[in-house]
Amino acid sequence: MLMSQRSPHPSSALPSITRRRFARWLGLAPAVTLSSVPSIGAARPRVVIVGGGAGGASTARLLARDGGDRLDITLVEPSGTYTTCFQSNLYLGGYRTLGSLQHDYRRLATEHGVRVVQDRVTHIDRDRRLVALANGEADDGTRNSTLGYDRLVVAPGIELLHDSLPGHSAALAEIAPHAWQGAQQLALLKSRLDALGNGDHVIIVAPPNPYRCPPGPYERASMIARLFQRRGLTDSRITLLDTKTAYSKQALFEASWRRHYPGTIEWLPPDVHGGILSIDATRGMVETDLDTFQGQLLNLIPAQRAGAIAQDAALADASGFCPIDPGTMRSTLDPAISVLGDACIAGDMPKSAFAANSQARVVAANLLGELLDRPVPTARYGNICWSQIADDDSIKVGGGYASSGNRIASSSAFISERTDDASTREANVGEAQAWYRSITTEMFGGTS
Amino acid sequence: MAAPLAEPRVKVPERARIGEPFTIKTLLRHPMDSGHRIGEDDRLIPRLIINRFIATFENEFVFSAIIEPSIAANPYFEFTVRLERSGRFRFLWIEDGGASIAVERSIIVA
Repeated sequence: MLMSQRSPHPSSALPSITRRRFARWLGLAPAVTLSSVPSIGAARPRVVIVGGGAGGASTARLLARDGGDRLDITLVEPSGTYTTCFQSNLYLGGYRTLGSLQHDYRRLATEHGVRVVQDRVTHIDRDRRLVALANGEADDGTRNSTLGYDRLVVAPGIELLHDSLPGHSAALAEIAPHAWQGAQQLALLKSRLDALGNGDHVIIVAPPNPYRCPPGPYERASMIARLFQRRGLTDSRITLLDTKTAYSKQALFEASWRRHYPGTIEWLPPDVHGGILSIDATRGMVETDLDTFQGQLLNLIPAQRAGAIAQDAALADASGFCPIDPGTMRSTLDPAISVLGDACIAGDMPKSAFAANSQARVVAANLLGELLDRPVPTARYGNICWSQIADDDSIKVGGGYASSGNRIASSSAFISERTDDASTREANVGEAQAWYRSITTEMFGGTS
Repeated sequence: MAAPLAEPRVKVPERARIGEPFTIKTLLRHPMDSGHRIGEDDRLIPRLIINRFIATFENEFVFSAIIEPSIAANPYFEFTVRLERSGRFRFLWIEDGGASIAVERSIIVA
């Protein structure tokens, strides 16, 4: 068969013929191998993936691996360099460089045959199954501002709701950084942290549920305390003003803080500070119902919802996130669209890169089933979140998940113990590093 | 061994009008161990609560509470006051065993 003669690296072997046009040409040949695709037509089914994070890039790579020669896969992502939010706290703490968190999509294109379009999706036309691009450029140099799809995968991550903090705004994030997405914000927070002097006070405002990386604000406080320790800022303090009354791995964090950073981190829930009334980013002030806090650095992490394109395409419900079928990750509002990662409502699963990567397996398996008649296994999901607290102390929480009723529900769970011995905690540090290499390989290709 | 008492959180307006009521809010972080709870070592955690809260204005009694073991952690008091003159409040919390902590707040009344 024609298709079996395909080079393993089509885009390098056939530099002047794009995968799509190659497919169109193939479509002219009689009785090619796509007859198993019901109702899609002669060309290879087109899968467009919006967003190149843990959910989108993993889906692209899995589809390319398991169905690459029979699918037309396009990944649309605005940035050429992706900076992982996961493990970015370790950069703040001095355990990683910014560069070590950054990845590009070259291998996805050259080694895995995914068409990577560096552009922003401005609109999704669900009726005509088209996505509109901000810039848009076709392979032959003509402007082509839309991409058609047979199946769309929406993985836009989160949008930050700066207004959820009274007195705060996107513009003021340049003064009081969130550092919850993007390299620029992360580098800004790091440079502000590195400029602090002894006795300076950092205030972290932690967001309400649900949000990306539930243990993240508390790992961040640990990393800042570590930075203080390393720089000899013995009189500097961190106040965590929370919008929640409890948080992930709380007892473990508190015990480790007492051990490594006694007196450095104070966590105040809303029933103690009384609720945040106003924020003056310029003066470093947070007024709560019971007190006024002032710091040399405010790290304001606002409430969140699914990325803007999911809102625009009406894929989100009143919660701000996107309802999905728990067995397939398909949007309950549009069967031609799958939503995964931080943007979806994943029941008991947290919003994490591990979770998004796990959901990508279910998305890919279901698309291969629908489009190429492959057998579809029952959906099973997994997650682990590691949080590093000190050089040799990392704690973890995780579990397995499955479709149950109309939601993704926990089927098993584990969490680090207060009584863990030192070697267990130290082993967690290495485990997290190994996981980082493995997931970034799954997202961007290469060898881990 | 009892940990040192936390810094209380008190909210008193900076200014008030003569004779016009205003609200004072106070909170002290404290576990309020009732003496009935079992700790991680499977033993009863001994009773240790804040048993008394007293608010005064220029040494005059304003508000006080006798607190019992069933009161939840982080005791919070909110009360309304009316003043005829400027001065200073004092808020005092007393723990079982006699440890105490106090804070003061001034207010201008005009």
